[in-house]
Amino acid sequence: MSYHVPVLLSAKPPISNTPQWSIDTDSNHSFLRLQGDWILAHNPTISFDPTTLSSIPHGQTLKIDASHLKTWDSALIAFLWNVEQAATKIGLQLDIGDLPPPAVRLMALLPATPPPHARHIVKRVHFFEKVGELTLLCLNETGIFAQMIFDATVGALHVISGRSFMRKKDLFTDIWNAGPSALLIVGVVNFLLGSILAFVGLIELRKFSAEIYVTSLVGIACAREISAIMTAIIMAGRTGGAYAARISTMQGNEEIDALTVFGIPLASYILLPSIISLSLMMPFLYIYGTLIGIFGGFVVSMTMMNISPIGYWISTFDGVALREFVFGFVKSYFFAVFIATASCRVGLQAGRSAADVGIAATRAVVISIVGIIAMDAVFAVIANALRI
Amino acid sequence: MMCAAPSHSSPTVQPLISIRNMTLSFGSEIIQENISFDVRRGSIFAVMGGSGCGKSTLLKNMIGLLHPSSGQMFIDGEDYWAQDESRRSMINHRFGVLFQGGALWTSMTIGENVALPLEMFTDLPPKIIHELVRLKLGLVGMEHAINLFPSEISGGMCKRAGLARAIALDPDILFFDEPSAGLDPITSSRLDDLILALRDGLGVTIVIVSHELQSLFTIADDGVFLDAQKHTAIAHGSPTDLRNTCPIPEVKAFMNRLSSVSPTK
Repeated sequence: MSYHVPVLLSAKPPISNTPQWSIDTDSNHSFLRLQGDWILAHNPTISFDPTTLSSIPHGQTLKIDASHLKTWDSALIAFLWNVEQAATKIGLQLDIGDLPPPAVRLMALLPATPPPHARHIVKRVHFFEKVGELTLLCLNETGIFAQMIFDATVGALHVISGRSFMRKKDLFTDIWNAGPSALLIVGVVNFLLGSILAFVGLIELRKFSAEIYVTSLVGIACAREISAIMTAIIMAGRTGGAYAARISTMQGNEEIDALTVFGIPLASYILLPSIISLSLMMPFLYIYGTLIGIFGGFVVSMTMMNISPIGYWISTFDGVALREFVFGFVKSYFFAVFIATASCRVGLQAGRSAADVGIAATRAVVISIVGIIAMDAVFAVIANALRI
Repeated sequence: MMCAAPSHSSPTVQPLISIRNMTLSFGSEIIQENISFDVRRGSIFAVMGGSGCGKSTLLKNMIGLLHPSSGQMFIDGEDYWAQDESRRSMINHRFGVLFQGGALWTSMTIGENVALPLEMFTDLPPKIIHELVRLKLGLVGMEHAINLFPSEISGGMCKRAGLARAIALDPDILFFDEPSAGLDPITSSRLDDLILALRDGLGVTIVIVSHELQSLFTIADDGVFLDAQKHTAIAHGSPTDLRNTCPIPEVKAFMNRLSSVSPTK
């Protein structure tokens, strides 16, 4: 009995060295005859239909005849491994002694019965279980967040008393990164926002011949809301993301474990420089951003309305009370503490792989931005209650 | 002084890799200079030396990650660094590299890690790629982990999966950077057996950077010894020969795990 199975799948015309196999069975022996070049370039069929072996009498050995085999590579080994697995399943012995010695060596590495594939565990959670988990997570995170703020405050007190683990070098590096390094982007964004506000405001106010009020519009909007929020969002993306990425990378390198084993408090070593630097720098970035925003409005107004430069600035300072700046300044401080603490927390919570670093940075930015907007809403309610 | 003449092959047999007068440096700091050696086809060639002597830097130069300050590397007679980038990229397809920690892409499963080079550089249909991924993982005893992520397997398994990825494209030359580092003796010994089996089975040439002596004595049949103080190769030969016959004190101390370098008697 003879099966002859053409195995070339490609559309190319058959060539003399086409990889082929056939099974010959007589009363005493069964042979798997291989011929041609069993290389991937010839696109051979690697899979093997186990039913092809069903005609071989039970107890016989399937002997491989490689006398017409020419060149070969992984394609042959992959095919033979499939044959071996199919043969083992039906209790057939496979004799590979006729194969070239390197192929025999490779076949020896492959198990005739591969172990079952391990499954990547995906936990399925019921809806109510998920709600419960999220509730507990929120409560837990609130507690951890409060604990971190408390630890950082204690750490700050230790700094004052000179018993802190915080390195001044780290603090100055963080201050530089959170402050002077961010001047350009904060300046550009606030300048453009001030310009846009002035442009849109002028077009609308012109309808009522009230163009002069553009000075108050730009001044109050920048000082009270826009500069504070935009500067915080920029710093959340720029510095908060960097904090989370840095700390999660430290997790991956076991640096956090090393700090813990040495007994160096994370609050002092990691949290404190981040919070101090950002909360010190952000209010000043806010002031800088507000002034740049007002300057942006000034530049647009000078080109679109008939007013003297000195008149514009006098009108602005008449229209914007000092309390607007104080309000924005205080908000910026709280935004900074939130961004730094949340970003460090996300970093500390991150996994240890490269992908986790990206996830941590993204989460830090998202949480910070949502937090900033939520806090701003709370500040708006407080300001209304206090009639600020 | 050389324990043996630099391992230039016989004139009739062209070595697979030839390094000629290669100098490695970072800026003005010279790591190694004037290194020359040949790697015979089908051999397992060890780059030996103490910590910080520049073994891994040499490896990075050999796989094209760093450009040597001077000197040449010939692959099958072709001057690697004289080629343009696209040609070097083609030559790189002949290389398989096992990095020290496996360097698996953590966002992909083990199977996807092995499949990626096949998907990128071959026209094979997905079914054949899947069969090949199973085969490569099967050869290193990792077929069961095909659906797992690198974070779900141990360090030794990461190395074996990294090895499966290194042989994905059936390379001619395999480069191993500290393959036994961080592995227990049994796992390390199994990895040695696997390296020998792959060399014999796939017919590849292997360049291995390591200071795991037991492993080197078992698998390497040729090598070069780099010295951190002299900043050059001070001995050539198989690790076993260097241990048994090399009179250079630094080499002798290293190969025999002696704590101090004694002068030659």
